[in-house]
Formats: sequence, C-alpha cells, structure tokens
Amino acid sequence: MSANGIGAPVRRKEDFRFITGQGQYTDDVVRPGETRAVFVRSPHAHAKIKSIDVSAARTMPGVIDVLTGAQLAGDKIGNLICGWMIHSKDGSPMKMSAHPALAAGKVNCVGDAVAVVIAESQAQGRDAAEKVKVDYEVLPAVVDPAKAQAKGAPQIHPDIPNNTIYQWHLGDQAAVKAAFDAASHVTTLDIINNRLVPNAMEPRAALAEYDAGTDNLTLWNTSQNPHVARLVISAFVGITPEHKLRVIAPDVGGGFGSKIFIYPEEVVCLWAARKVKRPVKWTADRSEAFLTDAHGRDHVTRAELALDASGKILALRAKTIANLGAYMSTFSSSVPTYLYATLLSGQYAIPSIYCEVDAVYTNTAPVDAYRGAGRPEATFVVERLIEVAARQMDLEPPELRRRNFIKNFPHQTPVIMAYDAGDYNASMKKAMEIADVKGFAKRKREAARNGKLRGLGYSTYIEACGIAPSQAVGSLGAGVGLWESAEVRVNPTGSVEILTGSHSHGQGHETTFAQLVSERLGIPFDSVSIVHGDTDKVQFGMGTYGSRSGAVGMSAIVKALDKIEAKAKKVAAFMMEAAEGDIEFKDGKFTVAGTDKSAAFGDVALNAYIAHKFTGAELEPGLKETSFYDPTNFTFPAGCHICELDIDIETGKVDIVNWTAVDDFGTVINPMIVEGQVHGGIAQGVGQALMEGAVYDQAGQLVTGSFMDYSMPHAHDLPSFHVGTTETKAPSNPLGMKGCGEAGAIASPAAVINAITDAIGSEDIAMPATANAVWSALQRAKAPKAA
Amino acid sequence: MYNFTFHRPTTVRQAAGLLARNPDGKLLAGGHSLLPVMKQRLAQPSALVDLSLVEGMTGVELKGRSVVIGAMTRHADVAKSDVLKEVMPGLAAVPGSVGDPQVRNRGTIGGSIANNDPNADYPAACLGLGATIITNKRRIAADDFFQGMYTTALEDGEIIVKVSFPIAKKAAYEKFKHPASGFALVGVFVSKRGSDIRVAVTGAGSEGVFRVPTFEEALKKRFTAKSIEGMTIPATGMNSDIHASPEYRAHLVSVLTKRALNKANA
Ligand SMILES: Cc1cc2nc3c(=O)[nH]c(=O)nc-3n(C[C@H](O)[C@H](O)[C@H](O)COP(=O)(O)OP(=O)(O)OC[C@H]3O[C@@H](n4cnc5c(N)ncnc54)[C@H](O)[C@@H]3O)c2cc1C
Repeated sequence: MSANGIGAPVRRKEDFRFITGQGQYTDDVVRPGETRAVFVRSPHAHAKIKSIDVSAARTMPGVIDVLTGAQLAGDKIGNLICGWMIHSKDGSPMKMSAHPALAAGKVNCVGDAVAVVIAESQAQGRDAAEKVKVDYEVLPAVVDPAKAQAKGAPQIHPDIPNNTIYQWHLGDQAAVKAAFDAASHVTTLDIINNRLVPNAMEPRAALAEYDAGTDNLTLWNTSQNPHVARLVISAFVGITPEHKLRVIAPDVGGGFGSKIFIYPEEVVCLWAARKVKRPVKWTADRSEAFLTDAHGRDHVTRAELALDASGKILALRAKTIANLGAYMSTFSSSVPTYLYATLLSGQYAIPSIYCEVDAVYTNTAPVDAYRGAGRPEATFVVERLIEVAARQMDLEPPELRRRNFIKNFPHQTPVIMAYDAGDYNASMKKAMEIADVKGFAKRKREAARNGKLRGLGYSTYIEACGIAPSQAVGSLGAGVGLWESAEVRVNPTGSVEILTGSHSHGQGHETTFAQLVSERLGIPFDSVSIVHGDTDKVQFGMGTYGSRSGAVGMSAIVKALDKIEAKAKKVAAFMMEAAEGDIEFKDGKFTVAGTDKSAAFGDVALNAYIAHKFTGAELEPGLKETSFYDPTNFTFPAGCHICELDIDIETGKVDIVNWTAVDDFGTVINPMIVEGQVHGGIAQGVGQALMEGAVYDQAGQLVTGSFMDYSMPHAHDLPSFHVGTTETKAPSNPLGMKGCGEAGAIASPAAVINAITDAIGSEDIAMPATANAVWSALQRAKAPKAA
Repeated sequence: MYNFTFHRPTTVRQAAGLLARNPDGKLLAGGHSLLPVMKQRLAQPSALVDLSLVEGMTGVELKGRSVVIGAMTRHADVAKSDVLKEVMPGLAAVPGSVGDPQVRNRGTIGGSIANNDPNADYPAACLGLGATIITNKRRIAADDFFQGMYTTALEDGEIIVKVSFPIAKKAAYEKFKHPASGFALVGVFVSKRGSDIRVAVTGAGSEGVFRVPTFEEALKKRFTAKSIEGMTIPATGMNSDIHASPEYRAHLVSVLTKRALNKANA
C-alpha cells in the first residue's frame, strides 16, 4: 500500500474547498440577466382548482411573467414519470397518474405547485406570488396509507380506483402457507416504518439558461445523476431533444436519495427560461424542502416468521402497504418491491418467503428512495422478527441468528437474490467481542442502580448494493440499465483526468477515485483529477445511489485503466524499440523484460502525444480510453451492529451508550471515508429510530414542516462509535468492493429498537421511540393487563 | 421578509419615541425570535427599532440583595458572568441551556421575556425567583408579567430595560429539552429565599409559564425532593402535541421538580 493508494486513510481532497466556503453549488452559479422563480404552492392537501387569477401578480414590480399549468399543458410539456414498471399479481401494469410539473385543475398535496412567478428578484417574486389568486374547492384528504384503500376514501386520481397503484407479490404463497401450518412457533409483528424527510444540507435548486443563438438549454441542478435527469427531461417531459440540453450538477450538498429524482421545479425553470429568454433560478427554502423533497420509508407491515422447535426458520411472510404519496416519483415503484422484498431473507437460510405489497396514493408528498431505500425497511422486518422470536423461544438472539445464518456461497434465496460471498458469523463474533457482550449483564446491574434500564440490541443486516446488472434490473422492470462509464484522459505531461458517470455529493470520490488511479498507474495522487456531473464532459453515467459508485463506478475506471495500460505498452514498445509482449508495467514504470531499459509513465504519455516514434499507420497517437462497465451481480455488504443503551425510567429518555458496527464491505479503498459513511448512516438510522418522523394531520397539513418540529439527530445524541470491518471480497467486480454508503442507515434502526425492547421487556413500541413513547410503553407494561 | 425601515437609537428615550412614531414598528433585540417569523412573512413590522446601540442596557450587576441584568445582555454573557455564577449559579444555568452557541451569542434576556414563548427558559427563572421586570415606564412583578402564550403585561411602546432577580440561597433549573427545537419541552425552576418558595414551570402549560402552589406548599416544611414524593399535578391544562401528551408533561413536572430540588440542595 502506498501512502495515497488503495487502503490508505487519505484526507479528503474536496474538503478544503468545502470547509473554506469555496464550493460551487447551484445557487452559487450566477448567470448574466438571471431571474428568480417563485412558486405558488397549494395550501391544501386535496382541492379542485376552480380558477387562477394572475392579473394582479403580473402588474407587481419586477415581475417578468406569471405562468400556470394551463400554459404548460398548452406548450405540450409532458408529465414527470416513474421509470420502473411494476406489474400487479393479476398481471396488470402499475397505475401511474399524470404528474404535470404545474398542477392542472387539481392539487393533490400541500406544496403542489400551481403557478410560478418569474421576477427580477426573489423578494419581488414572493410579493407577486402572494397576489396570485387561486380559487380552490377543498376536497377531503387521506394521508394514512392503511386508510387510502378503504371504501369511501377520497379518490385522488380520477382513473385509479382505491388509490391503489399496484398489488404486487413475490415468492411462493402456497409453500409459505404449508410451512406456517407445520411450524411449532410463529412470531407475528405489526410494524410501521416511519416516514422521513431527507433534509440534505443544501436545499434543491435549479438554474436554467436558454441560448437563443444555438437553441441550446443548460440546466444547473442539485442532482445525483445529471445524465438521467437529461434523459427524462428530454425524452419524456419533452422540453428539448437530448443533444440540445446540457445538465450540470456542480457541487451538491448531500442527497441521501432525494436528489436522484427529476422534480417539477427543474422542468419549470427550463420551460420558463426559454419563454422569458433569460436565465431562471430557483432555490428551495427549507420550508419548501420539507414539503416537496421526496420523503422516505412510510410502510405499514404485518410480518410473520415460522420456526421449528429447534429454532430453524421455516418461512417468512409479510404484507406491506407502501405510501407513495400524491404522485409516483422517478423510482418510487421499485423501492417497496424489488429493493425491499428481495432482501427479506436477511442473512438467513429461509426455505420460503412470500411478500405482498400494495402501493397507494395519499395526499402527501411523493415518497421515493432515501438512504437504503427498501433495504432498511426489509432489515427492520427481518431483524425485529428474529430478535422477538428468540426472546419468545427463550434463546439468546445471537444464538438463533447463528443457527440460521447462511454458511455456503453462492446462496440462492427464494426472493431472487443470489448471495455470492459473506461470512456472517465472523462479523457478529467480532462485533460481540468489541461490544463486550460478556460484560453486559454486569453493566446492566450497574445501570439499574442508577435508575436506568439497560438494553442490548442486535442487527445483522444484509443489503444488495452496487445497483447493478442491467439485464437483471431490466427483467425486474427498470426503464434504464445500471452500468457505469469512465473515461481516462492521460495528458501529455502524464497527469490524468478521470471522467466518471458517478456523481459525488458527499462521498469523497475526488479522493477515493484518485487513490485508485494513483495506485494503478503509479503516479502521484495529486496528478489525478476527477471530473463528474456535467453531461457535456462525461458522455453518459447512471449516477450515484444504491452504494454503487465504488463497486460499479470504480470498476469502470479499472476497465478503462486496463485499456490505458495496453495502449501505453504499445507506445513504450516503440520508444524502447522492444516487442510489445516484452513490456512490463509496474509502479509507474515500463520496462523491457530481461533488460535494464525503462521509461516512466510520464515519458510514455508524452510520446503517445508527440508521436515521433511511430507512424500513424502503426499506432494512433494519444492516450485516452473509455469503458462502460456492467457488473455480473449485485454486491452484498453485510455485517452486525450492536446497540447498547440506557433508558431513564422516570422520563423514558434513551441514551445510547455504546455502538459497535462490524461491516463487511469487501475491499476498502479509504478506511477513513468508509468510517465516515458508516457514522453518518448510523446517525440517520438512530434518527429514524428515536426522533425523526414526518407527521401529517388528517387534513393533510405537514405538522413537522420545520426543524422546530422535525427532530434531527445531533452529535450529542450519539456516542463515539466502535467501527470494525471483516472482509470477504465481492466476486462480481474487479476490485472486490461491496459499497458502504447505506449500511449504517440500513442496520441501525433495528438495533436501536431491539435494544429498547430488551431494556423495557415489551415489544410494544413504534418508531420514533421518543422519550414520551418509551415512557408510555413502560406505563403500559406496568399496568395490570385488562382481563 | 417584507420591507421595513430600520432605526438605531442610542437612548431608551429615542427608542420609545421611534416606537411612538411607528405604531406598526417593533423593537429588535437579538432577532432570534423576531427575524425567523419575518423571514417566513408571518410578521410584517413597518419599522425595526434596533436596541443594540442603546446605552446602559447590557451587563450583569450585583445590587444589594439582587442581581440586575440589562435587557440587551446576551444569553452567553449571562451564562458566563462570574458575578452570577458566584451568587446564583442556578440562574446562570438558564441562559446556558438555551439553543446553541449562535443563539446564545445573539439572543437576549429582554427579547426572551418580551416574547414569552411558552417553551422558553427565562420565563421559568423570572417566575421561579420572583423577579421584577423594569421597563421605561414601571416595575412589574414576574407574577403579573407573564399572561399566557406570547402575551405579557407590556403595553404598546413599553421597553424592558432590565430585570432584577432577588438572590435566593437555593435555586436551580432542570430542563427536559424538546427533541426538535431544543427549547424546554418542560423546564422547572425552583428556589428558596427565606420563606418564599417557588416552583415555576415552562413548556408544559397551555397558558405558558405557571407556578405549582401544591408543590410550593409541601416544600414549606422541608425544601427537599422527599417532601413532594408521590405528588403529581393534573394533566388538564397541559400542552398536547406530537412531541408529548398532557399526561407525560404533567409527569415530567413532578420528575423535574424533584431533580431541580436535588440540584438546588447539592
Ligand atoms: C435555533 C433557536 C433555538 C432557540 N432555543 C431556545 C431555547 O432553547 N430556549 C429559549 O428560551 N429560547 C430559545 N430560542 C429563542 C432565543 O432565546 C431568542 O433569542 C429569544 O427568545 C428572543 O430574544 P431576542 O433577543 O433574539 O429577541 P428578538 O427576536 O429580537 O425579539 C423578540 C420579541 O421581543 C421584543 N423585544 C425585544 N427586546 C425587547 C425589549 N427590551 N423590550 C420589549 N420588547 C422587546 C421584540 O420586539 C420581539 O417582539 C431559540 C431561538 C433559535 C433561533
């Protein structure tokens, strides 16, 4: 390992500009003649728009134009789409409602955009937006997914009865029923996976510019995948052909999934920029972010686990209602189906699994992928079931897990996934050592003396990451392929630019990708720069989500670097007048086998460009290669998290005193960055378990519409984590990487709730387990049971 | 934010004059309550009268058997005041528990009290110590000052100049933080000054800060947690929202009072 190579804890290159306030975020980009877009949003969750009167707004100072949904439709701007087809049990395709970028005739959630003011300044735009008169006929709303399908529930989209998007299933229902009938023990849980607001530090923004001379449009936006945005906006929304649209996602301040999707505001800014012939910028304020960023989770599930008398799992069954909100966001359909039910086998050999998922519309913000996307929901189901089953059967929770761990690989689960490598007991064993599980009983007694209930909870999670083989996802309904691209440009001076389709918005690619290149080419770390996030520079890319940038994005770079080496060897052969087959490349040097001749990488690069040593007929000048890498399988990061916590008996307040995470991410490029990803993920998972939760009232108003009511985890809510790793290489990619971005958020909620329920001796607690909720659970557990 | 005119008087008199001339105007202290609602366009003052250059409105001073704090004194400055930490650390702890460093470096005692947020910390200390709020017009006892959520005895154009706290031998504040905002979900200030025993509660009540006479009565015998063991207050009149039920808030009042008593006696 070199000082900056693979495995080195190199400090993040990008942090200098971020920490010194020199990042260039979308809102920092300023174009000449820039105007501001201010959206007029629905204050109602469900209403007919009887009329919109923009005449007063038009006369306000600084107003350039006021545009409505009728004009959008008149200009034949298409709907936003969900790009993943799901079929119901009966074979019928999912029912996707129209989703215009500005509401047409009806609003379906609070915050739905009905008009937009284009003004010289933000303040003038806001003043004018207040003068837009919208006459609403308010309709009854439904916000609870469990109530959306009921008879008499308000119908949100005219052509979609019972607000039901699809009724999907996976697995062998009959086999599962037979297993349950024969089981000696069945554990049943009712689970609500609470709705979360993503809350990236940088709010969403869009800046659109129209060049009347070339008829080209440019969009700067806060995107995790600018190429996909360009594809959808051109091919489906029909703003302009793909080659006439450039999308640039510059520095992006966090996404957690919420910036994967294509949103109405980007479409409207592009459309308006061409109309007013001036750049149009919109930056969400925090209130808009709460209302309009796609939320995460929101499942209602009944889950059951069947076991035989020895504790062997026979089958698992789950019925889930997933809330997709008022409209289907870009990838929403896939989250509660193929990213959820396919992980219900957890780390266990489970002979049969059956899962039914109903996806429903409600009068709430759209719901889509949020860090972990489906896999935290699956992990919560599986890890709560196994923990509760162990308690009910009087077995130690780790022991029940051990009895059911998958030990032989590859392992085909009954729910599509073929796990390729792992050692689940190794991570659990290591985690139990680090967490000093042996000393827990003693610590529990000590805590009791201080009025505290101490609990220990496990979560042995698995996720499918590196999302992944195009053929596989295509067969499951994805509208796109999920490969990644890379281009390696070697400059004549030997420095290297990597153009990647992976987008970095907090992950540190500028550092880790450079580490890979530095090691592979034997050139200084500082001679490598990473270019991403611009459709004019990078030919195509699928973007960053699903912990795929390492396993898929870096693999593409490896493939391109292989081609660079092959070409450079040809150049070196001409330079040193040797046979190509005799050229060896190591540590940044080309040598001729059996001689002392050598050439540095930089010399070879220069010779590739000056092309004095070979004719054009023999070899093309230049040193630049491209690769599109499509993996052969998902990757399967897995591990064990152990949460130890105290509960203040008097107040119900939970204090996490110890956290151990042992993850198997395969090859680790930069352990410091990986640790940071794990820390952040755990914080988000603890947030979900203890404090976060988006709450709508029955009228569809978002009660948790600001940080005064939406609780986020703070540093002081968390202990110092003990993070370790075990390693089995991922066989499906050349680096053996599995991905680490989502693990913490996937693993941790179950660990927290398992620890709380261990402490209070009752399973009767939902997320978020606020102090009030825990205190109430303690009161219920104390109360004499009603006869 | 809507447009407004901005004034920076240097004396209380000038400030009062500006307010009189701008009936829709508002005083600006630290701005940490006022500016957020202006940014959300929920408040629309025609003028802001900034108190930050007004002389004689800052500082923590010992005056006889009282501590007098200027209305414009920032939370951070009260929290780290040596004088106060010496004579009444229980009071210094109150601004020390407010928000985060940015808020403590801007927010002021005068602004906090004038605002009377039902979850704010200072009102509990004022009521829990029997403070006197001194304005440009009169002296108002804390017992008369706080009149329900966001409502005080202040008249139009009245300016808080300072707050005088009698020094209590025993005084302590116990706060259970609101999980989202960091304000007091429930906060209890207890004090004993001779025979004057006070238990004041913020955050819990639907009418803002209040005293608990039953606890105060029980504590007259002995000022210890034991004296109120087993005592509760009814859940009626407690706030109810997604963060805490009335029953839980009422329960916390008992728990936090006992903890505050233990702290005061420590
Ligand atoms: C993120 C955040 C967290 C917070 N956390 C807490 C917390 O934990 N606990 C807590 O108690 N508070 C908290 N606060 C509120 C904070 O303490 C405020 O600063 C305080 O409530 C108001 O003081 P100010 O000086 O900022 O007043 P301003 O916002 O300037 O004014 C508030 C009101 O008081 C009026 N006013 C100001 N000064 C005077 C005066 N001298 N005479 C008469 N009227 C006056 C103003 O006209 C205005 O109506 C928090 C605020 C924020 C933004």
